[in-house]
Amino acid sequence: MQAVGAEKLLELRVDSKTYRSAKNAPIEVLRDFAFELAPGSFACLVGPSGCGKTTILRIAAGLDRDFQGERCISPSTRVGMVFQEPRLLPWRTVEDNIRVAMDAASATGSIGEWLERFDLVEQRRQYAGELSLGQARRVAIVRAMSVGPDLLLLDEPLVSLDETVAARLRGELRAIAETRKLGILLVTHDLAEAIELSDRLLFLGGKPACVMLERELSIPRSRRDRRTVAALVEEIAGETNAR
Amino acid sequence: MARLLSLALVIVLWTVAAAAVDSSLLPGPVAVGEAMLRDARSLALPYHLACTLLRVIAAFAIAFSLGMAAGFAMGKWGLVDRIGDPWLVILLNLPALVTIILAYVWIGLNETAAVVAVALNKFPNVVVLTREGTRALSPEMEDVAQVFCLSGPARIRHIVLPQLAPYLAAAFRSGISIIWKIVLVVELIGRPNGVGFVLGSAFSLFDMVTIFAYSIAFIVIMLAVESLIVQPLERNASRWRRKAA
Repeated sequence: MQAVGAEKLLELRVDSKTYRSAKNAPIEVLRDFAFELAPGSFACLVGPSGCGKTTILRIAAGLDRDFQGERCISPSTRVGMVFQEPRLLPWRTVEDNIRVAMDAASATGSIGEWLERFDLVEQRRQYAGELSLGQARRVAIVRAMSVGPDLLLLDEPLVSLDETVAARLRGELRAIAETRKLGILLVTHDLAEAIELSDRLLFLGGKPACVMLERELSIPRSRRDRRTVAALVEEIAGETNAR
Repeated sequence: MARLLSLALVIVLWTVAAAAVDSSLLPGPVAVGEAMLRDARSLALPYHLACTLLRVIAAFAIAFSLGMAAGFAMGKWGLVDRIGDPWLVILLNLPALVTIILAYVWIGLNETAAVVAVALNKFPNVVVLTREGTRALSPEMEDVAQVFCLSGPARIRHIVLPQLAPYLAAAFRSGISIIWKIVLVVELIGRPNGVGFVLGSAFSLFDMVTIFAYSIAFIVIMLAVESLIVQPLERNASRWRRKAA
Protein backbone atom coordinates (compact mmCIF):
# COMPACT_ATOMS: atom_id res chain seq x y z
CA MET A 1 0.00 0.00 0.00
CA GLN A 2 1.24 3.48 -0.84
CA ALA A 3 1.40 6.21 1.74
CA VAL A 4 -1.44 8.00 -0.03
CA GLY A 5 -3.76 5.06 0.53
CA ALA A 6 -3.19 5.26 4.24
CA GLU A 7 -4.70 8.69 4.75
CA LYS A 8 -7.61 8.19 2.39
CA LEU A 9 -10.56 6.19 3.59
CA LEU A 10 -11.71 5.21 0.14
CA GLU A 11 -10.25 5.62 -3.30
CA LEU A 12 -12.38 4.72 -6.24
CA ARG A 13 -11.63 4.77 -9.92
CA VAL A 14 -14.23 3.50 -12.34
CA ASP A 15 -12.93 3.58 -15.88
CA SER A 16 -16.07 1.96 -17.14
CA LYS A 17 -19.11 0.14 -15.78
CA THR A 18 -21.35 -1.77 -18.13
CA TYR A 19 -24.67 -3.52 -17.60
CA ARG A 20 -26.22 -6.14 -19.81
CA SER A 21 -29.73 -5.28 -20.91
CA ALA A 22 -32.48 -7.90 -21.03
CA LYS A 23 -31.63 -8.42 -24.69
CA ASN A 24 -28.01 -8.93 -23.66
CA ALA A 25 -26.84 -5.71 -25.28
CA PRO A 26 -24.13 -3.95 -23.24
CA ILE A 27 -25.09 -0.55 -21.83
CA GLU A 28 -22.33 1.60 -20.42
CA VAL A 29 -23.61 3.53 -17.40
CA LEU A 30 -20.41 5.05 -15.99
CA ARG A 31 -17.19 6.28 -17.52
CA ASP A 32 -14.06 7.82 -16.04
CA PHE A 33 -15.37 8.39 -12.57
CA ALA A 34 -12.78 9.01 -9.89
CA PHE A 35 -13.44 9.76 -6.28
CA GLU A 36 -11.70 9.76 -2.96
CA LEU A 37 -12.88 10.32 0.55
CA ALA A 38 -10.82 11.32 3.58
CA PRO A 39 -11.84 10.60 7.17
CA GLY A 40 -14.03 13.39 8.52
CA SER A 41 -15.29 14.53 5.14
CA PHE A 42 -18.85 14.47 3.88
CA ALA A 43 -19.28 14.09 0.13
CA CYS A 44 -22.48 14.10 -1.80
CA LEU A 45 -23.32 12.59 -5.19
CA VAL A 46 -26.07 14.57 -6.87
CA GLY A 47 -27.77 13.83 -10.14
CA PRO A 48 -31.02 12.91 -11.81
CA SER A 49 -32.51 9.54 -11.00
CA GLY A 50 -31.20 6.68 -13.09
CA CYS A 51 -27.86 8.36 -13.73
CA GLY A 52 -25.78 5.76 -11.88
CA LYS A 53 -25.53 7.17 -8.36
CA THR A 54 -26.66 3.97 -6.70
CA THR A 55 -24.28 1.99 -8.92
CA ILE A 56 -21.37 4.07 -7.62
CA LEU A 57 -22.49 3.54 -4.05
CA ARG A 58 -22.72 -0.22 -4.57
CA ILE A 59 -19.23 -0.23 -6.06
CA ALA A 60 -17.99 1.84 -3.11
CA ALA A 61 -19.57 -0.64 -0.70
CA GLY A 62 -17.88 -3.55 -2.45
CA LEU A 63 -21.23 -5.05 -3.43
CA ASP A 64 -20.52 -4.70 -7.14
CA ARG A 65 -17.08 -5.81 -8.26
CA ASP A 66 -17.92 -6.18 -11.92
CA PHE A 67 -16.41 -2.98 -13.27
CA GLN A 68 -13.22 -1.77 -14.91
CA GLY A 69 -11.18 0.26 -12.49
CA GLU A 70 -9.99 0.04 -8.95
CA ARG A 71 -11.35 0.30 -5.44
CA CYS A 72 -8.90 0.93 -2.64
CA ILE A 73 -10.09 0.53 0.88
CA SER A 74 -8.33 -0.80 3.94
CA PRO A 75 -9.71 -4.19 4.98
CA SER A 76 -10.10 -2.89 8.50
CA THR A 77 -12.44 -0.12 7.38
CA ARG A 78 -15.82 -0.63 8.93
CA VAL A 79 -18.65 0.20 6.55
CA GLY A 80 -22.17 1.22 7.50
CA MET A 81 -24.73 1.52 4.76
CA VAL A 82 -28.28 2.80 4.45
CA PHE A 83 -30.04 1.41 1.40
CA GLN A 84 -32.67 3.29 -0.53
CA GLU A 85 -35.32 0.82 0.53
CA PRO A 86 -34.49 0.37 4.22
CA ARG A 87 -33.85 -3.39 3.81
CA LEU A 88 -34.37 -4.34 7.41
CA LEU A 89 -34.88 -8.00 8.20
CA PRO A 90 -38.68 -8.17 8.44
CA TRP A 91 -38.49 -11.35 10.54
CA ARG A 92 -36.46 -9.66 13.27
CA THR A 93 -37.49 -6.98 15.73
CA VAL A 94 -36.11 -3.46 15.54
CA GLU A 95 -33.74 -4.24 18.37
CA ASP A 96 -32.58 -7.52 16.81
CA ASN A 97 -32.04 -5.87 13.44
CA ILE A 98 -29.58 -3.51 15.08
CA ARG A 99 -28.05 -6.19 17.26
CA VAL A 100 -27.35 -8.52 14.32
CA ALA A 101 -25.31 -5.76 12.65
CA MET A 102 -23.56 -4.82 15.89
CA ASP A 103 -22.66 -8.41 16.73
CA ALA A 104 -21.20 -8.94 13.26
CA ALA A 105 -19.01 -5.87 13.78
CA SER A 106 -18.33 -6.78 17.42
CA ALA A 107 -19.46 -3.24 18.15
CA THR A 108 -20.30 -2.18 21.64
CA GLY A 109 -22.65 0.59 22.57
CA SER A 110 -26.11 1.13 23.85
CA ILE A 111 -28.97 0.33 21.48
CA GLY A 112 -31.30 2.13 23.86
CA GLU A 113 -29.45 5.42 23.44
CA TRP A 114 -29.71 5.23 19.67
CA LEU A 115 -33.36 4.32 19.79
CA GLU A 116 -34.04 7.25 22.09
CA ARG A 117 -32.17 9.66 19.89
CA PHE A 118 -34.12 8.55 16.82
CA ASP A 119 -37.42 8.37 18.66
CA LEU A 120 -37.80 4.61 18.26
CA VAL A 121 -38.11 3.50 21.87
CA GLU A 122 -41.71 2.34 21.47
CA GLN A 123 -40.88 0.34 18.36
CA ARG A 124 -38.03 -1.54 20.03
CA ARG A 125 -39.80 -4.90 20.11
CA GLN A 126 -41.86 -4.52 16.96
CA TYR A 127 -41.04 -6.58 13.90
CA ALA A 128 -39.36 -4.53 11.22
CA GLY A 129 -42.10 -5.47 8.75
CA GLU A 130 -44.64 -3.66 10.90
CA LEU A 131 -42.95 -0.26 10.78
CA SER A 132 -43.95 2.75 8.73
CA LEU A 133 -41.48 3.82 6.06
CA GLY A 134 -40.29 6.73 8.17
CA GLN A 135 -39.65 4.48 11.16
CA ALA A 136 -37.93 1.87 9.00
CA ARG A 137 -35.62 4.51 7.51
CA ARG A 138 -34.66 5.67 10.99
CA VAL A 139 -33.93 2.10 12.05
CA ALA A 140 -31.81 1.67 8.93
CA ILE A 141 -29.78 4.75 9.87
CA VAL A 142 -29.38 3.52 13.45
CA ARG A 143 -28.32 0.10 12.18
CA ALA A 144 -25.65 1.68 9.98
CA MET A 145 -24.43 3.97 12.78
CA SER A 146 -24.47 1.37 15.54
CA VAL A 147 -21.64 -0.64 13.97
CA GLY A 148 -19.36 2.36 14.57
CA PRO A 149 -18.54 2.86 10.90
CA ASP A 150 -15.43 4.54 9.50
CA LEU A 151 -17.25 4.91 6.21
CA LEU A 152 -20.95 5.66 6.04
CA LEU A 153 -22.74 5.17 2.72
CA LEU A 154 -26.20 6.66 2.42
CA ASP A 155 -28.44 6.01 -0.56
CA GLU A 156 -31.28 8.55 -0.60
CA PRO A 157 -31.90 7.89 3.09
CA LEU A 158 -34.55 10.59 3.40
CA VAL A 159 -36.48 10.15 0.18
CA SER A 160 -40.31 10.09 0.41
CA LEU A 161 -40.38 11.16 4.04
CA ASP A 162 -42.53 14.08 5.09
CA GLU A 163 -40.64 17.33 5.52
CA THR A 164 -40.73 17.48 9.33
CA VAL A 165 -39.24 14.00 9.71
CA ALA A 166 -36.72 14.61 6.93
CA ALA A 167 -35.62 17.90 8.53
CA ARG A 168 -35.10 16.18 11.88
CA LEU A 169 -33.10 13.39 10.30
CA ARG A 170 -30.99 15.90 8.38
CA GLY A 171 -30.25 17.46 11.75
CA GLU A 172 -29.17 14.08 13.11
CA LEU A 173 -26.96 13.42 10.09
CA ARG A 174 -25.35 16.83 10.53
CA ALA A 175 -24.70 16.07 14.17
CA ILE A 176 -23.16 12.73 13.25
CA ALA A 177 -20.94 14.40 10.65
CA GLU A 178 -19.83 17.06 13.13
CA THR A 179 -19.12 14.86 16.12
CA ARG A 180 -17.65 11.71 14.60
CA LYS A 181 -14.52 11.28 12.60
CA LEU A 182 -15.98 9.28 9.78
CA GLY A 183 -16.22 9.66 6.03
CA ILE A 184 -19.71 9.98 4.64
CA LEU A 185 -20.87 9.52 1.08
CA LEU A 186 -24.47 10.53 0.49
CA VAL A 187 -26.40 9.93 -2.69
CA THR A 188 -29.34 12.21 -3.34
CA HIS A 189 -31.28 13.88 -6.12
CA ASP A 190 -32.15 16.77 -3.81
CA LEU A 191 -29.69 19.61 -4.28
CA ALA A 192 -30.87 21.54 -1.21
CA GLU A 193 -30.37 18.50 0.96
CA ALA A 194 -26.89 18.00 -0.47
CA ILE A 195 -25.95 21.62 0.19
CA GLU A 196 -27.30 21.57 3.70
CA LEU A 197 -25.32 18.49 4.68
CA SER A 198 -22.13 17.96 2.76
CA ASP A 199 -18.85 19.72 2.27
CA ARG A 200 -18.24 18.48 -1.25
CA LEU A 201 -20.70 18.11 -4.09
CA LEU A 202 -20.21 15.96 -7.16
CA PHE A 203 -22.71 16.32 -9.96
CA LEU A 204 -23.24 13.33 -12.15
CA GLY A 205 -24.73 13.54 -15.58
CA GLY A 206 -24.47 12.48 -19.17
CA LYS A 207 -24.71 9.09 -20.78
CA PRO A 208 -22.62 7.23 -19.76
CA ALA A 209 -22.47 9.27 -16.58
CA CYS A 210 -19.40 11.10 -15.35
CA VAL A 211 -18.74 13.96 -12.96
CA MET A 212 -20.01 17.15 -14.62
CA LEU A 213 -19.11 19.50 -11.83
CA GLU A 214 -17.37 19.32 -8.48
CA ARG A 215 -17.86 21.94 -5.81
CA GLU A 216 -16.42 22.42 -2.33
CA LEU A 217 -18.67 24.00 0.27
CA SER A 218 -16.54 25.94 2.71
CA ILE A 219 -19.31 27.63 4.72
CA PRO A 220 -19.59 25.90 8.10
CA ARG A 221 -22.67 23.73 8.39
CA SER A 222 -23.99 25.75 11.31
CA ARG A 223 -24.28 28.83 9.11
CA ARG A 224 -26.20 27.16 6.32
CA ASP A 225 -29.66 28.49 7.08
CA ARG A 226 -32.54 28.29 4.70
CA ARG A 227 -31.64 31.47 2.81
CA THR A 228 -28.02 30.55 2.30
CA VAL A 229 -29.03 27.11 1.07
CA ALA A 230 -31.62 28.56 -1.31
CA ALA A 231 -29.11 31.03 -2.72
CA LEU A 232 -26.54 28.27 -3.22
CA VAL A 233 -29.10 26.01 -4.86
CA GLU A 234 -29.86 28.74 -7.37
CA GLU A 235 -26.22 29.50 -8.01
CA ILE A 236 -25.18 25.89 -8.45
CA ALA A 237 -28.24 24.93 -10.47
CA GLY A 238 -27.37 27.81 -12.81
CA GLU A 239 -23.82 26.53 -13.18
CA THR A 240 -24.89 22.96 -13.92
CA ASN A 241 -27.48 24.11 -16.43
CA ALA A 242 -24.93 26.24 -18.22
CA ARG A 243 -22.89 23.14 -19.02
CA MET B 1 -65.17 -27.25 19.19
CA ALA B 2 -66.22 -27.81 15.56
CA ARG B 3 -63.33 -30.26 15.25
CA LEU B 4 -64.50 -32.30 18.23
CA LEU B 5 -68.09 -32.39 16.97
CA SER B 6 -66.95 -33.53 13.56
CA LEU B 7 -64.83 -36.26 15.17
CA ALA B 8 -67.74 -37.37 17.37
CA LEU B 9 -69.94 -37.58 14.27
CA VAL B 10 -67.45 -39.94 12.61
CA ILE B 11 -67.54 -42.25 15.66
CA VAL B 12 -71.35 -42.19 15.73
CA LEU B 13 -71.56 -43.05 12.02
CA TRP B 14 -69.01 -45.82 12.52
CA THR B 15 -71.00 -47.30 15.41
CA VAL B 16 -74.23 -47.22 13.41
CA ALA B 17 -72.61 -48.72 10.33
CA ALA B 18 -70.92 -51.49 12.34
CA ALA B 19 -74.21 -52.35 14.07
CA ALA B 20 -76.09 -52.36 10.75
CA VAL B 21 -73.56 -54.57 8.94
CA ASP B 22 -72.96 -56.79 11.96
CA SER B 23 -69.95 -58.51 10.44
CA SER B 24 -66.44 -59.29 11.63
CA LEU B 25 -65.23 -57.32 8.59
CA LEU B 26 -66.35 -54.04 10.19
CA PRO B 27 -65.80 -54.15 13.97
CA GLY B 28 -67.39 -51.36 16.01
CA PRO B 29 -65.54 -48.76 18.13
CA VAL B 30 -66.06 -50.73 21.31
CA ALA B 31 -64.42 -53.90 20.01
CA VAL B 32 -61.54 -51.90 18.58
CA GLY B 33 -61.13 -49.94 21.82
CA GLU B 34 -61.01 -53.15 23.83
CA ALA B 35 -58.32 -54.56 21.52
CA MET B 36 -56.30 -51.37 21.91
CA LEU B 37 -56.52 -51.54 25.70
CA ARG B 38 -55.59 -55.24 25.72
CA ASP B 39 -52.50 -54.70 23.55
CA ALA B 40 -51.58 -51.57 25.46
CA ARG B 41 -51.55 -53.60 28.70
CA SER B 42 -49.50 -56.39 27.17
CA LEU B 43 -47.12 -53.65 25.89
CA ALA B 44 -47.38 -55.07 22.34
CA LEU B 45 -49.01 -51.88 21.06
CA PRO B 46 -46.47 -49.44 22.58
CA TYR B 47 -43.63 -51.67 21.40
CA HIS B 48 -44.72 -51.78 17.77
CA LEU B 49 -45.63 -48.09 17.79
CA ALA B 50 -42.19 -47.23 19.15
CA CYS B 51 -40.47 -49.33 16.48
CA THR B 52 -42.38 -47.54 13.73
CA LEU B 53 -41.92 -44.11 15.26
CA LEU B 54 -38.16 -44.57 15.62
CA ARG B 55 -37.93 -45.55 11.95
CA VAL B 56 -39.98 -42.50 11.02
CA ILE B 57 -37.69 -40.22 13.02
CA ALA B 58 -34.47 -41.76 11.67
CA ALA B 59 -35.63 -41.63 8.04
CA PHE B 60 -36.94 -38.12 8.55
CA ALA B 61 -33.67 -36.87 10.00
CA ILE B 62 -31.61 -38.38 7.19
CA ALA B 63 -33.90 -37.22 4.39
CA PHE B 64 -34.08 -33.73 5.83
CA SER B 65 -30.45 -33.06 6.60
CA LEU B 66 -29.16 -34.45 3.30
CA GLY B 67 -32.07 -33.05 1.30
CA MET B 68 -31.64 -29.54 2.66
CA ALA B 69 -27.92 -29.54 1.97
CA ALA B 70 -28.38 -30.88 -1.58
CA GLY B 71 -31.31 -28.56 -2.31
CA PHE B 72 -29.41 -25.53 -1.06
CA ALA B 73 -26.37 -26.41 -3.17
CA MET B 74 -28.53 -26.97 -6.25
CA GLY B 75 -30.40 -23.72 -5.75
CA LYS B 76 -27.20 -21.79 -5.20
CA TRP B 77 -24.86 -23.13 -7.88
CA GLY B 78 -26.00 -23.74 -11.44
CA LEU B 79 -23.39 -26.42 -12.12
CA VAL B 80 -24.47 -28.52 -9.14
CA ASP B 81 -28.05 -28.13 -10.32
CA ARG B 82 -27.25 -29.33 -13.83
CA ILE B 83 -25.33 -32.32 -12.51
CA GLY B 84 -27.85 -33.23 -9.85
CA ASP B 85 -31.07 -32.60 -11.75
CA PRO B 86 -31.25 -35.88 -13.75
CA TRP B 87 -30.69 -37.85 -10.55
CA LEU B 88 -33.39 -35.85 -8.86
CA VAL B 89 -35.87 -36.59 -11.63
CA ILE B 90 -35.06 -40.32 -11.42
CA LEU B 91 -35.49 -40.37 -7.64
CA LEU B 92 -38.71 -38.36 -7.82
CA ASN B 93 -40.25 -40.81 -10.25
CA LEU B 94 -38.91 -44.02 -8.76
CA PRO B 95 -41.83 -45.94 -7.22
CA ALA B 96 -41.47 -46.38 -3.46
CA LEU B 97 -41.77 -50.13 -3.87
CA VAL B 98 -38.76 -50.27 -6.21
CA THR B 99 -36.57 -48.38 -3.75
CA ILE B 100 -37.69 -50.65 -0.93
CA ILE B 101 -37.03 -53.86 -2.85
CA LEU B 102 -33.64 -52.65 -4.09
CA ALA B 103 -32.62 -51.57 -0.58
CA TYR B 104 -33.59 -54.94 0.92
CA VAL B 105 -31.87 -56.87 -1.86
CA TRP B 106 -28.66 -54.86 -1.87
CA ILE B 107 -28.29 -53.92 1.79
CA GLY B 108 -30.04 -56.91 3.31
CA LEU B 109 -33.19 -57.49 5.32
CA ASN B 110 -32.13 -55.22 8.15
CA GLU B 111 -32.84 -51.92 9.88
CA THR B 112 -30.35 -49.94 7.78
CA ALA B 113 -32.05 -51.01 4.57
CA ALA B 114 -35.47 -50.11 5.94
CA VAL B 115 -34.47 -46.61 7.03
CA VAL B 116 -32.44 -45.94 3.89
CA ALA B 117 -35.35 -46.98 1.67
CA VAL B 118 -37.74 -44.61 3.44
CA ALA B 119 -35.27 -41.73 3.53
CA LEU B 120 -34.58 -42.16 -0.20
CA ASN B 121 -38.28 -41.82 -0.90
CA LYS B 122 -38.58 -38.54 0.95
CA PHE B 123 -35.19 -37.08 0.03
CA PRO B 124 -35.99 -35.78 -3.51
CA ASN B 125 -39.05 -33.93 -2.25
CA VAL B 126 -36.98 -32.08 0.36
CA VAL B 127 -34.39 -31.28 -2.30
CA VAL B 128 -36.99 -29.80 -4.66
CA LEU B 129 -38.59 -27.59 -2.02
CA THR B 130 -35.28 -26.38 -0.57
CA ARG B 131 -34.01 -25.67 -4.08
CA GLU B 132 -37.04 -23.54 -4.85
CA GLY B 133 -36.62 -21.69 -1.57
CA THR B 134 -32.93 -21.09 -2.22
CA ARG B 135 -33.64 -19.75 -5.70
CA ALA B 136 -36.14 -17.33 -4.17
CA LEU B 137 -33.62 -15.95 -1.64
CA SER B 138 -33.58 -12.18 -1.88
CA PRO B 139 -30.37 -10.71 -3.33
CA GLU B 140 -31.19 -7.49 -1.47
CA MET B 141 -30.90 -9.30 1.85
CA GLU B 142 -27.67 -10.88 0.66
CA ASP B 143 -26.33 -7.34 0.09
CA VAL B 144 -27.23 -6.44 3.65
CA ALA B 145 -25.39 -9.50 4.94
CA GLN B 146 -22.35 -8.58 2.88
CA VAL B 147 -22.22 -4.89 3.79
CA PHE B 148 -22.51 -5.65 7.48
CA CYS B 149 -20.01 -8.53 7.18
CA LEU B 150 -22.23 -11.20 8.72
CA SER B 151 -20.39 -14.44 9.45
CA GLY B 152 -21.50 -17.69 7.81
CA PRO B 153 -23.53 -18.97 10.77
CA ALA B 154 -25.11 -15.53 11.30
CA ARG B 155 -26.12 -15.40 7.63
CA ILE B 156 -27.75 -18.80 7.84
CA ARG B 157 -29.57 -17.92 11.04
CA HIS B 158 -30.70 -14.37 10.32
CA ILE B 159 -30.88 -14.17 6.53
CA VAL B 160 -31.25 -17.61 4.94
CA LEU B 161 -33.33 -19.73 7.32
CA PRO B 162 -36.11 -17.17 7.86
CA GLN B 163 -36.57 -16.96 4.10
CA LEU B 164 -36.46 -20.75 3.68
CA ALA B 165 -38.88 -21.33 6.57
CA PRO B 166 -42.10 -21.57 4.50
CA TYR B 167 -40.47 -24.04 2.10
CA LEU B 168 -39.05 -26.14 4.92
CA ALA B 169 -42.42 -26.11 6.67
CA ALA B 170 -44.05 -27.42 3.49
CA ALA B 171 -41.39 -30.14 3.24
CA PHE B 172 -41.87 -30.99 6.92
CA ARG B 173 -45.63 -31.23 6.56
CA SER B 174 -45.68 -33.40 3.47
CA GLY B 175 -42.67 -35.28 4.82
CA ILE B 176 -44.36 -36.49 7.98
CA SER B 177 -47.31 -37.88 6.08
CA ILE B 178 -45.33 -39.50 3.25
CA ILE B 179 -42.71 -41.02 5.53
CA TRP B 180 -45.01 -42.76 7.92
CA LYS B 181 -47.01 -44.27 5.08
CA ILE B 182 -43.87 -45.65 3.45
CA VAL B 183 -42.46 -46.89 6.76
CA LEU B 184 -45.51 -49.16 7.08
CA VAL B 185 -44.87 -50.65 3.63
CA VAL B 186 -41.22 -51.24 4.48
CA GLU B 187 -42.25 -52.99 7.68
CA LEU B 188 -44.85 -55.05 5.89
CA ILE B 189 -42.28 -56.34 3.43
CA GLY B 190 -39.25 -57.01 5.56
CA ARG B 191 -39.35 -56.23 9.26
CA PRO B 192 -40.31 -58.44 12.23
CA ASN B 193 -41.89 -55.57 14.20
CA GLY B 194 -43.61 -52.23 13.83
CA VAL B 195 -47.16 -51.25 12.92
CA GLY B 196 -46.70 -52.33 9.29
CA PHE B 197 -45.62 -55.82 10.38
CA VAL B 198 -48.65 -56.16 12.68
CA LEU B 199 -51.01 -54.98 9.94
CA GLY B 200 -49.47 -57.51 7.55
CA SER B 201 -49.94 -60.46 9.87
CA ALA B 202 -53.45 -59.32 10.84
CA PHE B 203 -54.32 -59.07 7.15
CA SER B 204 -53.32 -62.69 6.55
CA LEU B 205 -55.64 -63.71 9.42
CA PHE B 206 -58.42 -61.31 8.37
CA ASP B 207 -58.15 -59.90 11.90
CA MET B 208 -59.98 -56.60 11.28
CA VAL B 209 -60.07 -55.60 14.95
CA THR B 210 -56.28 -55.53 15.18
CA ILE B 211 -55.97 -53.69 11.87
CA PHE B 212 -58.33 -50.98 13.11
CA ALA B 213 -56.73 -50.81 16.55
CA TYR B 214 -53.17 -50.30 15.29
CA SER B 215 -54.14 -47.95 12.46
CA ILE B 216 -56.12 -45.71 14.76
CA ALA B 217 -53.43 -45.72 17.45
CA PHE B 218 -50.87 -44.62 14.91
CA ILE B 219 -53.11 -41.97 13.38
CA VAL B 220 -53.68 -40.53 16.85
CA ILE B 221 -49.93 -40.30 17.38
CA MET B 222 -49.39 -38.57 14.06
CA LEU B 223 -52.20 -36.12 14.85
CA ALA B 224 -50.46 -35.36 18.13
CA VAL B 225 -47.14 -34.81 16.33
CA GLU B 226 -48.89 -32.45 13.92
CA SER B 227 -50.65 -30.34 16.53
CA LEU B 228 -47.99 -30.45 19.26
CA ILE B 229 -44.83 -30.12 17.17
CA VAL B 230 -45.45 -29.11 13.56
CA GLN B 231 -48.05 -26.40 14.07
CA PRO B 232 -46.33 -24.63 16.98
CA LEU B 233 -43.06 -24.64 15.00
CA GLU B 234 -44.83 -23.13 12.01
CA ARG B 235 -46.51 -20.49 14.14
CA ASN B 236 -43.18 -19.59 15.67
CA ALA B 237 -41.48 -19.27 12.27
CA SER B 238 -44.20 -17.05 10.84
CA ARG B 239 -44.97 -14.92 13.90
CA TRP B 240 -43.42 -11.85 12.29
CA ARG B 241 -45.83 -11.89 9.36
CA ARG B 242 -48.78 -9.58 9.61
CA LYS B 243 -51.88 -11.48 10.50
CA ALA B 244 -54.47 -11.55 7.77
CA ALA B 245 -57.49 -9.59 8.93
